[in-house]
Amino acid sequence: MKKLRLVILIASFLLPIAGFAATQINGAGASFPYPIYSKWFAEYNKVKPEVKFNYQAIGSGGGIRQLIKQTVDFGASDAPMRDKDMKKAAWPVMHIPTVLGAVAVTYNVEGIKTDLKLDGETLADIFMGNITKWNDAKIANLNTNVKLPAADILVVRRADGSGTTAIFTDYLSNASKAWKDKYGMGKSLRWPTGIGAKGNDGVTNMVKQTNGAIGYVELAYAFKNNLNVVALKNKAGEFQAPTVSGVSKAAAKIKDDGTGFRVSIVNTEGKGVYPISAFTYILLPEAKNPKLAEVRTFLKWALKDGQSYASKLHYAPLPKTVTKSVLKQL
Amino acid sequence: MKFINKQDQINFRLMQGIALGVIFMMTVMVYLLVKQSMPVIKLSGFSFVTTDWWNPLDEEFGALSFVYGTLVTSFLALLLASPFSIAVAVFITEIIPEKVKPIISLLVEMIAAVPSIVFGLWGLFFLAPFVQKTLTPFLKSSPLGMLPIFQGPSFGIGILTASIILAIMIIPTITSICREVFKTVPKLQKEAALGLGATRFEMIKLAILKPSFSGIMGAMVLGLGRALGETMAVAMVIGNQANINFSLFAPGSTMASVIANEYAEAESDLHISALCLVGLLLFVVTLIVNVFARTIVWRFGSSK
Repeated sequence: MKKLRLVILIASFLLPIAGFAATQINGAGASFPYPIYSKWFAEYNKVKPEVKFNYQAIGSGGGIRQLIKQTVDFGASDAPMRDKDMKKAAWPVMHIPTVLGAVAVTYNVEGIKTDLKLDGETLADIFMGNITKWNDAKIANLNTNVKLPAADILVVRRADGSGTTAIFTDYLSNASKAWKDKYGMGKSLRWPTGIGAKGNDGVTNMVKQTNGAIGYVELAYAFKNNLNVVALKNKAGEFQAPTVSGVSKAAAKIKDDGTGFRVSIVNTEGKGVYPISAFTYILLPEAKNPKLAEVRTFLKWALKDGQSYASKLHYAPLPKTVTKSVLKQL
Repeated sequence: MKFINKQDQINFRLMQGIALGVIFMMTVMVYLLVKQSMPVIKLSGFSFVTTDWWNPLDEEFGALSFVYGTLVTSFLALLLASPFSIAVAVFITEIIPEKVKPIISLLVEMIAAVPSIVFGLWGLFFLAPFVQKTLTPFLKSSPLGMLPIFQGPSFGIGILTASIILAIMIIPTITSICREVFKTVPKLQKEAALGLGATRFEMIKLAILKPSFSGIMGAMVLGLGRALGETMAVAMVIGNQANINFSLFAPGSTMASVIANEYAEAESDLHISALCLVGLLLFVVTLIVNVFARTIVWRFGSSK
């Protein structure tokens, strides 16, 4: 009797392994696309139950490092890998854009609920500390129909290294030469002024608590929390509040120039474009192994069927031109 | 060493092994930190601790502002927490009835069990607005408002808020050690003081606080140690600006908070290396502060 029990016990441990020859695929990287990736993994699991994904949202930088060390099958990053990181990898790394993200500029000025308009130059001046009052002539010129108070401006930014900061400073560098020369773009940099808060929630909370504050957060986060957002002037001269379609339009005219979409799409030309937009990528080693073949199949699904889940989760789906070109490469 | 029997010998070797293991671990930690930070040591050398220019993008690293932030917040926290902690310890050991003692001391020690992220959130949502809207106007209108440390605007987030959070976090540490110290005061000594006509307050001053001085200092050193290394709660309320600013209302940055903030998304290998060097520096600063505080304790302990 005892023996039988033992056999049952052992069998119950072994059976799940023997019964399911599941392929476990490990990935790690950006936290920004984590909500849509986990939605995709869950939906894809219904289509193909034998493939299981395990994704750790440890941040873009961590994803790239783990990919180079080969501890994961694929990586994910908000910013494309730099050339010197690409050289460290044992194989060429394909950048597969999956969805688009954007950064919203949020503010808290008493009496101004909506309709604050800014252009890139002015925004850079604010973040450089050159404009310190809300009723500054530069802001007033862009907002002729709004009565601006004489309140002090408090700049709130991310304290932790973040892809959101990289996209935002990419935009500032693009819009203002002074910003580009003095501060540049990156995940953590030396800020001229302001307060550093931790995470999107830290920035949001700080902005909400302080009259006169301005900060930047991920678009999805701004939508979910109903934040006041700034309408930014795009290349076509329109003031565009962040919308999912405005972000998709930012990538509409991007063509693969051989770099596999490793390009910045801030401040692109076109009507209805929201200027602070960016691709987020899955980083795929170009090596032959069955697991990577599974990832490719998954990505094909994600670029076709998966895109429909994007806008519900406040991500912008890729424009058709881009998906077509990426699918060809897969 | 001679052993009377086998058991003693085995016990001795076992203890020795464990003790050496701790030292070994420390050595390995320091070795790895030094190894990791070597590229930056070679690049910046001594200017790493003498400049406050921290710019990961251009790979310029100077950590002075973090050292400043760490020391100022920790010492300010100690200054705020010590009177409270000593008073609470006296209150628990001497004043309240025996039956209530365990409840009060349990409540104080429970503060130590609150995770630091909870302190951070509380600081962000409650303490920061309080500092901005109530404490700052009060301090500025008080006679002390003239001091350079109370200049400039306050946004609720900054060195002062971080120090207050730290002070609350180290109160249980200092209190419970002080309590143990006060317990060791002989009953006869207290009764003698009362017998000589001392009031209760005088008895506490002469028979308890004075002879416990080195013990109290020891408790403060341990509290300071905790404050120096605290990361999460501080990172959430200090404002994370890498500047040296003498106003307590201004945002600052500490060594532990910059590591926590920037490590996960470091720009480059050199950036990681610089963060490791900040870790090593924190290690050294903590060591110096501890040695310094301990010499004070020893000096006072031996001069009596």
